[in-house]
Amino acid sequence: MDTLQALGHGFAVALTWQNLLLALVGCFLGTLIGALPGLGPSNGVAILIPVVFSMGLAATPALILLVSVYYGAMYGGRISSILLNIPGDEPAMMTCLDGYPMARQGKAGEALSISGIASFVGAFVATWGLVFLAPQLVDVALLFGPAEYFAMFVLAFATLGGVTSSNQAKAAFAAALGLSLAFIGVDGQTGVPRFTFGNVHFYDGIDFLLPIVGMFALSEVLVFIEERGKAHSHTTAPITEIGKVVPPVSMLKDTAPSMARGSILGFIAGVLPGAGASLGSFMAYTLEKKAVGKKGFFGKGDPRGVAAPEAGNNAAAGGALVPMLALGVPGSGTTAVLLAMLMALNITPGPLLFTNSPDLVWGLIAALFIGNFMLLALNVPMVGLFSRVLRIPSYYLMPAVAMISFIGIYALTNSTFDLMVMIAFGVLGWVFRKLSIPMVPVILGVLLGELMEKNLRRALTISDGDLSILYGSPLAVGLLLVAVIGFVAPIFVSRYVNFKKLKAETTDPTTAA
Amino acid sequence: MSDRIFGGTVLAVALLMMWATTLIEESFIQDPLGPKAFPMVIAVVMAIAAVVMIIKPDANPEWPTLRKNLELVATVGVLVAYAQLLPIAGFVVSTIFATGFLCWRLGASPRQSVQGGVLIAIGIYGLFQHVLGLNLARGPWGF
Repeated sequence: MDTLQALGHGFAVALTWQNLLLALVGCFLGTLIGALPGLGPSNGVAILIPVVFSMGLAATPALILLVSVYYGAMYGGRISSILLNIPGDEPAMMTCLDGYPMARQGKAGEALSISGIASFVGAFVATWGLVFLAPQLVDVALLFGPAEYFAMFVLAFATLGGVTSSNQAKAAFAAALGLSLAFIGVDGQTGVPRFTFGNVHFYDGIDFLLPIVGMFALSEVLVFIEERGKAHSHTTAPITEIGKVVPPVSMLKDTAPSMARGSILGFIAGVLPGAGASLGSFMAYTLEKKAVGKKGFFGKGDPRGVAAPEAGNNAAAGGALVPMLALGVPGSGTTAVLLAMLMALNITPGPLLFTNSPDLVWGLIAALFIGNFMLLALNVPMVGLFSRVLRIPSYYLMPAVAMISFIGIYALTNSTFDLMVMIAFGVLGWVFRKLSIPMVPVILGVLLGELMEKNLRRALTISDGDLSILYGSPLAVGLLLVAVIGFVAPIFVSRYVNFKKLKAETTDPTTAA
Repeated sequence: MSDRIFGGTVLAVALLMMWATTLIEESFIQDPLGPKAFPMVIAVVMAIAAVVMIIKPDANPEWPTLRKNLELVATVGVLVAYAQLLPIAGFVVSTIFATGFLCWRLGASPRQSVQGGVLIAIGIYGLFQHVLGLNLARGPWGF
C-alpha cells in the first residue's frame, strides 16, 4: 500500500545517527520539561526554538527534535502529578486526581508505570492514526479554498477557550488581543504600516516568540515568587519512595480497556483544531469514569483514572499533528508553536506538504514511532531518574528557566527592545493568570492572525467583495456551524460540571497544552 | 471588581484601537476588504468582550499583599535592568546578578543564591556558547 511504502521510506530518513540522537535528546528533554511544574510542552518547545534556529538545523531534524519534546512532555507531565500532586503541565492535570492518591497509598511506582505504559499506548495509536488519517485529510484539504480556511480558523479560535473555559468573553478577548498583536507591522497585502506609531521596531511586527516565552515562562517565575510562603505552595513533603516499578499483570489487564478508550477519545480530541492534549485527557477521564460506572473508585487511587487521561493526552498530542501537517491549522497550542517554526523555516504545512516534502513528513512520523519506544524505555524503568530531578528546589529551577528564556530570545535577535517586550508580556501573562484569562488564544492569534486575514481577503478578492462566499460552500457552512456550537457549548456545559472547582483542586492551569 | 476594572481598561484599549485603525493609510493596491476592515472587526469584538466582562464580572482573584506587590515590582525591575545591562556587561556577569536575585527572592538563603547564581550562569554559558554554539552577549571582558 502506498502509505506503508511511504512510511518505510520515512524510516530510512529517520534512521540516521543525527536524527536518532536528536530524537533521544528530544525525548529526554521533553520528559524533563513535562515533569517540571512550571514548564509545559508549549513553553518548553518555545524556549527551544531560538536554540534550534541558532544551531542551524534543517527542517526535518528540527521538527524531529521538537516533536519528540512534545511527545516527551506528555509522558513527563504525569511524574509530578503523581509524586507531588502538581500537574507537570495542563494535560497532566487529570492524572493528579487518581495518581496522587495512589502514591499516598504507597503505589507510586505502579501509578508511574501504568501511566507510562498508557502514554505509550496512546501515542502509538495516535501515530498510526496520523499515518492513515493525514493523507486522507490531504484529499479533503484540496476542497479547502480561502473561504473554507477562514472558516477553519474561526473554528479554531471559537473552540480554543476549550470546553473547560468558563468565561467565553475572556476567551474572546484573548483571541482578539492575539489577533490585534498580529496586525502590528506592515500589511502584507497592501504594504501600508499598521499600528506602528512610527516606531521602527514595530515595522516588522512582534515576533511570535516574545508573547510565547514571556507569557508562559516569565509569568510562571512571577507566579512562583508570588506563591512563595503561601500555605498551599509546593512545600508538602514529596513522596520519596517509589516502590515497585513494574506493574502487576492483573492491573495491566484491568486498565487495558481504559487505555484503549482513552487513546481513541484523545486522538479525536487532538484532531479537532483548537482542542489539544488537555481536552484529550479531560474527555478521556470523564468518559472513562462514566464507562466504568459503579465498579470504579475514581478519585481514590483507581489505576484506570491514571491510565485513561495519560493515554488520552498522548493520543491527543499525536492527533494534534494531523491538522497541523495536513491542513496547516494547528490542533493545539503546542502545535501552533510548531507550525510557526515550520513557517519560519519556509515550509508550508498543508496539503502540498505531503507531495512536496514527503521526506519531512514521513521521516517525522517514523521518528515518532522510534521516539515512542525510547520514551517507554526512559519512562518506565528510568523514571527514578526524573523523580530525583523533581527534588531540585524551585529556587534554582525557575531562575534557570527565566535565564534560558532571555538568552534564547537574545541569541536570535540581539535586541534589548525585544527583551523588554518579552518582560512586558511576562507581566501581562501574570495579570491574565490572576484574572483567569486563557493565554492560548493570545498565542494562536499572534501566530495565525496574518494567515487568517490573508485568507479572508483572498476570498473576498475572488468574489469581488461579495460576502456570501464566506458561507458559500457546504464545507464552510459546516465549519462555521461547528465553530458557533463550540463557542456556545461551554456556556451550557459549565452548568453541569463545575470546572472552576475542579481546577482549583489542583493548580492554576491557564497554560497551554 | 477586578474584572470590571480590567474590562474598563480593555474597552479603552479597544476604542484606542478603533481610532488607530482610522489612521491607517489606504494604498493604491486595494483589495475589496482593505487593510482597515479586519482590525476594525477585531476591535469591535474586543469592545464587546470588554462590555460583557464589565456587566458580568467573575469573582475577585486573590491579589497579593503590598509587600508581595513590591517584591514583584522589584523582580520586574531587576529583569528590566538585566535586559539593559546584557549588551554592556556581557552575559556571565549580568546573569550572575539576575539569577542570584531571583534565587534569593524564591527562597534560597543569600549564600545559596550566590552559589546558585554563579553555577547557573556559568553552566548556561558553557552549555550554550560552547556546546551548542549560540551567541551569547559579549561583555567588555570577552564573556
